[in-house]
Amino acid sequence: MNVEAMPQSPETFDCRVAFADELTSLARADERIVAVCNDSVGSSNLVAFVKEFPDRLINVGIAEQNMVGVAAGLANGGFIPFVCGASPFLTGRALEQIKADIAYNHYHVVLCGMSPGMAYGELGPTHHSVEDLAWLRAIADLTIVVPADPAETRSAMQWAVGANRPIFLRVGRFKVPAIGGTFEAGKIGTLRHGKDVTLAATGTMVSRALEAANLLKRRGIEARVLNVSTIKPLDRDTLIKAAKETGRIVTAEEAVVHGGLGAAVAELLSQAHPVPMRILGVPEFAPTGSTSFLLDHFGLNAAGIAAAALELIG
Amino acid sequence: MHVKPLMNKYAFLGVPVPLSESLNEARALTKRPAATLPPFGALAAAERVAKLQEAARALRTSAVKTIAAAGMGHVGGDLSVADILATLFFGVLTLDPKNPNWPQRDRFILSKGHCAGALYSALAMRGFIAPDALSTFMAPLSALNGHPNRRKVPGVEANTGPLGHGLPIAVGCAIAARLAKADWRTFVVLGDGELQEGSNWEAAMAAGHRGLSNLTAIVDRNRLQQGARTEDTNRLEPLADKWRAFGWEVAEADGHDIAGLFAFLNARGTDRPRCLIARTTKGKGVSFMEDRVEWHHKVPNAQQVQDALRELAQ
Repeated sequence: MNVEAMPQSPETFDCRVAFADELTSLARADERIVAVCNDSVGSSNLVAFVKEFPDRLINVGIAEQNMVGVAAGLANGGFIPFVCGASPFLTGRALEQIKADIAYNHYHVVLCGMSPGMAYGELGPTHHSVEDLAWLRAIADLTIVVPADPAETRSAMQWAVGANRPIFLRVGRFKVPAIGGTFEAGKIGTLRHGKDVTLAATGTMVSRALEAANLLKRRGIEARVLNVSTIKPLDRDTLIKAAKETGRIVTAEEAVVHGGLGAAVAELLSQAHPVPMRILGVPEFAPTGSTSFLLDHFGLNAAGIAAAALELIG
Repeated sequence: MHVKPLMNKYAFLGVPVPLSESLNEARALTKRPAATLPPFGALAAAERVAKLQEAARALRTSAVKTIAAAGMGHVGGDLSVADILATLFFGVLTLDPKNPNWPQRDRFILSKGHCAGALYSALAMRGFIAPDALSTFMAPLSALNGHPNRRKVPGVEANTGPLGHGLPIAVGCAIAARLAKADWRTFVVLGDGELQEGSNWEAAMAAGHRGLSNLTAIVDRNRLQQGARTEDTNRLEPLADKWRAFGWEVAEADGHDIAGLFAFLNARGTDRPRCLIARTTKGKGVSFMEDRVEWHHKVPNAQQVQDALRELAQ
């Protein structure tokens, strides 16, 4: 779809709301779906789910390693677990379980990293999940999905139910505008066509990349905007085409600048079609501040993305 | 550089693991086909014990030969767990070797995955894999990796190896059976040294909290870990009290007493998960290996293999 102009102050949404509603709706249609959580019924918005399906929410308490192992066992028994935990603890504390119990076993489990990135703003780097994309990308067989808005979150969940593979789904808390569109596994969505520079963004950065494209247009620059909602496996064709047609790429992610989207794109293009790049993300442990403040602090906003593009264009 | 691909006819022993289309198959309380029942389960007591002892002896012999052929393996733990595995596979577990993913099967998880040589021997004896596949243990491209892989070896429920993973997965299996209202049971064998991993106690707490009476854990209490005695490394005792405090029904018994193992493992729990602390001897059955820490993963030389096999045949 082509988004030429974003409203100045669009309505914004917490993807967890759509997530919780969709999970309940999917559970109504498929008795294999269960939720597993770590005392995170409230923060994962599972209150309605547990009210309707009290037996199908397995709350293991504050025990992430056990939570992920239990999900593997539930999958062994024929269920499709959606594991809902704050992303820093789900992916950090239980990393070996994600590798061995879920990915290497190839169990059909949907690991839902709630409130990722710097969603917990002022709570600080212990509660930020900016490393998740980097350390999960290193795990074979794990599909990594980062929806950009509520509609894509729902669409990705619908796909996940039938995917029969290990999946990590990053479910945003920081409010984002609706982008529209449907999740297509392994495919990058081209939100805006352009020939001068490519802005490849994921999750919370997608709407900001669209805003950056508007800023660039005022200076006569046509930016292509890509929504990379499947971080792994990466849509090689769309990225190589963008590199060939625009000659330069800026990546933007609410994650560390090492090992995430930017690194994935650089790994691909440095071998397939090298072009100048700028990788925007979080370079260090964040200082104190709200999510919004921190995104601005690290230049993860329309102005920062546009500035990186201008720097590449020279 | 062109590397000639290696071939191994035992690179894949399994059948693709399907996703359950419905839970109904797992839930059905149909009479279990005779072929799925444990082979010696219904014999008269004296004959049964003799047959199970014979199976345990064959399992030990197979494990020693398997390790000798590979020049690698964990012989001490294989020998300590042999009576437990023989009792489970021939006296307790309902399984269908012709349909390894049969939804109504009992689940068995070897958490101490480094004792794969003993597990593969049991799987070969019960008809899941061809006996001559054992000669490819740890050979290039063999399905029989040093730690088990469920995607390549039928009868393996979970890819264990990193310690402290089996019990959480088993807890998930037991919850799955309960949710599906199915009557299959879950058994997990834990090493004693691995109880130093905290994830076990997360899982033990969850199982006790939920009263998972369909779950049985067997601790192979040989009192040795890789480097030294458990009690000199990081004390486990009073071990039975720990399990009791976590809400389990606990028994302590001689882990080489087949009649006792059979009786405990075939009994069903009432309102709590069950734990058997099986007092065993590492290296059991081979005099020069018994209770000696170096035989954790030392490989016997040709003379020692001969001596070991002669002792086991007596």
